Amino acid sequence: MTAGGEALFAFCALVAVLSALGTVIVHSPIRAAMSLLAHIIALSGLFLLLHAQLLAALQMLVYAGAVVVLFVFVIMMIGPSVPEPPVLRGMVTKTAAIAIMVVLTAILAFSLMPVHMPDIALGPCLPGEGAECDQFGGVGAFSQSLFLDGLVPFELISVLLTVAIVGAIAVARGRSREEVAASQHKRDAQAKAAAEQGAREQAMAAEVSAHGGHG
Amino acid sequence: MQIELGHYLSLSAIVFGIGAVGFLVRRNVLVQLMSIELMLNSVNLMLVAFNRYMPDNHAGQLFAFFVIAIAAAEAAVGLAIVISMFRLRKTVHSDRADTLRH
Repeated sequence: MTAGGEALFAFCALVAVLSALGTVIVHSPIRAAMSLLAHIIALSGLFLLLHAQLLAALQMLVYAGAVVVLFVFVIMMIGPSVPEPPVLRGMVTKTAAIAIMVVLTAILAFSLMPVHMPDIALGPCLPGEGAECDQFGGVGAFSQSLFLDGLVPFELISVLLTVAIVGAIAVARGRSREEVAASQHKRDAQAKAAAEQGAREQAMAAEVSAHGGHG
Repeated sequence: MQIELGHYLSLSAIVFGIGAVGFLVRRNVLVQLMSIELMLNSVNLMLVAFNRYMPDNHAGQLFAFFVIAIAAAEAAVGLAIVISMFRLRKTVHSDRADTLRH
């Protein structure tokens, strides 16, 4: 890796860690969403360093373009939330959770730091190779792998996304006042019909018993 | 300094830890969902980094692709639940979602 690559890694890693901390620490949700956006862009830069060009583009499109915008829309719908009073109950468990996670993360990070793998050179496309050149992580090579090795999961993911969209609409839509009124009206009508039916049956039974008395 | 696989792995571990702390400590449901996204992103970084140093196939990048799709679906459903909860409780505080406790 070149010196420029190392500088880019250092910059992206710093931005990623700081913006992740910002997402967690910052009080207002909209600032947390903006911090998440910075984190996603930094991760996209790291993906570029790792020869995952298509995934870097997808990360920007899907996360920055869809997920963060969805978060911002929801924050907009909900409006400025009422500042919650600081909860003193559970401070001990919160502190313990933070301490344990910091220790575990530090152990994990320091033990993973010396992992060494031989840097396998990935040849770039030569000038004369043209469109057939399959570069690692590029659109051609990645989609060949996607549609040959991962075709079934890919199709299943499309089904899952459809189900998730339908489920999200069904959960978030709720019922409008008209719909509630309509269902109430329907229930009243049904009750009325049942009462009328019962009354008719009673009248019929009375008539039958009256005829029986004559006979 | 040479950047190795280990640097990416420890960066991913640190971001995962930050996301886990955020999920455990924060009580705003929106921030908790963002912490879940942080954790999924850190796993994506790990998968892509492993794939860079074993470039025989694109297995790691394929997994990262699927994780991105799952994360999008999860965010959509999670935010729908947040809206539904806000309609019922007028709050996004996850301690207030305690109907089943009483």
